[in-house]
Amino acid sequence: MMARLRTAAASIPLLLCACSYQNYQSDFAGAAVQNRQFQILFWIFLGICAVMYLLVIAFLVAGMVRARRAGEANVVEIGRHHESDPLMRSGLIGWAAVIGTGLAALAIASFAADRSMANAAVHPGLSITVTGNQWWWDIQYSASDTSKSIRTANELHLPVGIPAHITLQSNDVIHSFWVPSLAGKEDLIPGRQTDVTITPQKIGIYRGQCAEFCGAQHAHMALVVNVDSYDHFINWWNRQMQAAPPPSNPLALAGYNIVTTRQCASCHAITGTPASATVGPDLTHLAGRRSIAAGALPMSKAGLYGWIADPQAIKPGAKMPPVGLEPNELHAVVAYLETLK
Amino acid sequence: MTDAIRRSDALKGWRSSAEHEAERREVEEEDRRLAEERKKIVRDGPKLKGEKLAARLHATWRRPRGFIGWLATVDHKEIGRRYIVTALIFLALGGVLSLAMRVQLARPDQNLIGAARYNELFTMHGSTMMFLFAVPVMEGVAVFIIPLMLGTRSTAFPRLNAFSYYMYLFGGMLLWGAFLLNIGPDIGWFAYTPLSGPQFSPGKRADIWAQMITFTEVSALAAAVVLTTTILKTRAPGMTLARMPLFAWAMLVVAVMIIFAMPSVALASSFLISDRLVGTQFYNHFEHGDALLWQHLFWFFGHPEVYIIFLPATGFVSVMVETFCRRPVFAYPVVVLALISTGILSFGLWVHHMFATGLPRVGYSFYTAASMSVSIPTGLQIFCWLATIWDGRPRFTVPMLYVIGFIFTFVIGGLTGVIIASVPLDLELHDTYFIVAHFHYVLIGGAVFPLLGILTYWYPKITGRMMSETLGKIGFWMILLGFQLTFFPMHFSGMLGMPRRVYTYPAGLGLELPNLLSSIGAFVVAAAVLLFVINGVVSLYRGAIAPPNPWDAASLEWATSSPPPVYNFEHIPVIESRTPLWDQEGEFPVVTGLRVDDKEMLLTTVVAAAPDLREPVPEASLWPLIAAIATAVLFVSSIFSPWAIPFGTIPAAIALIAWFWPKEIKRHPEPVIT
Repeated sequence: MMARLRTAAASIPLLLCACSYQNYQSDFAGAAVQNRQFQILFWIFLGICAVMYLLVIAFLVAGMVRARRAGEANVVEIGRHHESDPLMRSGLIGWAAVIGTGLAALAIASFAADRSMANAAVHPGLSITVTGNQWWWDIQYSASDTSKSIRTANELHLPVGIPAHITLQSNDVIHSFWVPSLAGKEDLIPGRQTDVTITPQKIGIYRGQCAEFCGAQHAHMALVVNVDSYDHFINWWNRQMQAAPPPSNPLALAGYNIVTTRQCASCHAITGTPASATVGPDLTHLAGRRSIAAGALPMSKAGLYGWIADPQAIKPGAKMPPVGLEPNELHAVVAYLETLK
Repeated sequence: MTDAIRRSDALKGWRSSAEHEAERREVEEEDRRLAEERKKIVRDGPKLKGEKLAARLHATWRRPRGFIGWLATVDHKEIGRRYIVTALIFLALGGVLSLAMRVQLARPDQNLIGAARYNELFTMHGSTMMFLFAVPVMEGVAVFIIPLMLGTRSTAFPRLNAFSYYMYLFGGMLLWGAFLLNIGPDIGWFAYTPLSGPQFSPGKRADIWAQMITFTEVSALAAAVVLTTTILKTRAPGMTLARMPLFAWAMLVVAVMIIFAMPSVALASSFLISDRLVGTQFYNHFEHGDALLWQHLFWFFGHPEVYIIFLPATGFVSVMVETFCRRPVFAYPVVVLALISTGILSFGLWVHHMFATGLPRVGYSFYTAASMSVSIPTGLQIFCWLATIWDGRPRFTVPMLYVIGFIFTFVIGGLTGVIIASVPLDLELHDTYFIVAHFHYVLIGGAVFPLLGILTYWYPKITGRMMSETLGKIGFWMILLGFQLTFFPMHFSGMLGMPRRVYTYPAGLGLELPNLLSSIGAFVVAAAVLLFVINGVVSLYRGAIAPPNPWDAASLEWATSSPPPVYNFEHIPVIESRTPLWDQEGEFPVVTGLRVDDKEMLLTTVVAAAPDLREPVPEASLWPLIAAIATAVLFVSSIFSPWAIPFGTIPAAIALIAWFWPKEIKRHPEPVIT
């Protein structure tokens, strides 16, 4: 009953919005324990606040209606205008008590929710480090056997039901890690480490986005979170541990040569090739991701062409310079990158 | 005489008796001369009143003629008017920027305004509205009205008042000049380090922002000192603290808050400038600085800043509720205590802007509790206004409509404020459009609505004419409904995952409709503000001529003509109640004996407002302007070279020395009465 009520209540914003709505980046997807706790608390707060608002408005309207009562309007009643209604004096005390009680209830509810979220973070099953960069996310999964640790970018994979402890840090300015459907945000601050714990409960694709203004392309610093079953997650991890396959046709080979010998390799890494720089996102499994350049473009052949041909047209201010490839070189690079599944 | 004897006694110990004798004779001579001079002094009283007095006062108080006199004026009414007009121009400029942003955000994935330009736009919008509109307009209204409300001839430190205005003007010109020259800041109005630091914001954009802050700090501090002193020392005799109008209480609290809050941002922006200019490392963690230090210092100022904007508005509401309900505001002491406790609490909330920065969680709980507790005094104030409406006989004129609109709108903002005071809720909602909705409900609903109401209300006092009621009502409904259309959907865009400060958003997240509605609403609001301005300009020439007290209000600013003469009041009134114009029938009792051949004002004691001292009022002077120019040159050139600080200080120091150069060192013809 409670759950149905909550679902119904959760749909209020969408009803009001009446627009195509995918729970993709919403505070009300309920896709993780943390987000469900947020929702319960939100409705408690909204309920009490709505009651308070109605009380105020009822009092205001009553006062305005009462203004029409008999008697000459626009008169200062000499001699008695300093006397106030005794009803109002007790009303003031009652109102103070109502506000005080309401706030105490809300403060306790908030504290309890906060504690329970903090306790949920005690036994993580997965440890991830997310590093913010202008304007992309560097993601590292650490395993107790360090040879199994993996590095990727802009796409987070989480197994359903397992609390993931995410350590947050920044290489440049302050960013904020926020996947609304899963949990609240937490800042990534240079020189400090923060953390957030997410316990996903619903399989699905969720979008997150940097929530702290971080410079020119703050709007294009998105991240995709893929919540999957444990088996699928392990499969994904195993694939990520593999090095990039050697190019299989002459065009891809040409692309490989350009990528590993020209500017690309001075910023990017592709495991299994000489490219091993860590300034830009890791490209080892680039083509297996859902988007390019932290959500600036969907992953597709056309997207890769567009991005590599002129990153500054797609994401002005991004740190990737135009590489200045000839058309045949561009074909080759895209052909090679497409093999990096 | 006693003075002379005391002086000669003190000299006895070490001078020969002959010398002593000569000295004594000299002093007596001086005393005789002063006694002669004293006879020539002209003062108001039974012998000098009515038109003769008015003519005499006018001759004494009017500023020098011509353009120079216009620049040199120290009349609080002229300065207040300039403050208000300048602030409204900045409101219009900031509003135009918001329209540009709303056009860009009307549809997803648009690229009408590029990322870099958009970042400039919201930086300029926020900085303009906070630093160049909201705070200065409140100061301007107060500078204009407070001396009239308190029944005195001038603000305290009138030259400092002029200096404050010029510093504000130059700060605004710096920011907007830079923006027009395409070197406007693009780091947000909050300028978080390290993004605003030397490494990530090369060029001069961030320096211009930081120095604009310095200008407004200096200006606001000067205005705060002027207002505090004016309110505490120049009230009409009998206007005890317990009889002071609630607006004066609000401004007193605000002025004290400015004095405590501004040094924090002064420190923060000075650290930032020195990090950028001379390579100090306050905010650089690689050199053991700390990026979060900025946020603590900035929000220790930034949160009180919100109340520095909001509390004057609550004062406006108290003024309008009293006048239009024909009752003094219910539970005056509760309202005063609410103002003071809001002012104090507002310094203990700053961490609620930093819930996502990973500070200790239990510590956060305290800031949650403190943030929520602010709603207690505010809730009590709202009750007091509503009880006054209930108890009184409200007249629904345009100012009163704005009060009603204020309650409908502001309470929503206050309650969403309670929601985001909770840490788990804030972590989802922080830095999203939900917050944008929240603080526009608080700042526009809570401060701009009462401001528009009070400008309508005081318009006849400022200009001598009434504003059009019809245009005013149309404008009110447009802005009320347009506002809801603009900002209510933002709650939903926030909850659907739209972060702040993004120049575009992807299609398919459900953000299309709320953003389109917001964009349409923004134009309705802009049209309403334009209508208000048109009403203001047209009424200047066509409005009905205002009598001294068109609203039949109770406070002293209505006891003089509309607009008031340059000397405000012919005689200083004596107050016997909280609502003098309602209670004191017929002629006011007045104090007489102030000089009218020289500018002089009456100082009273802080609590009881008993006559205390007669204080000479400075003449109009160009030195405040020259000092402001010298300081502006110092601030602006220090953006470009650290050497500007030692060399730029020299002209500023010369200007200040000239400003304060004593005109004469001689005894006054009469001792000041205590």
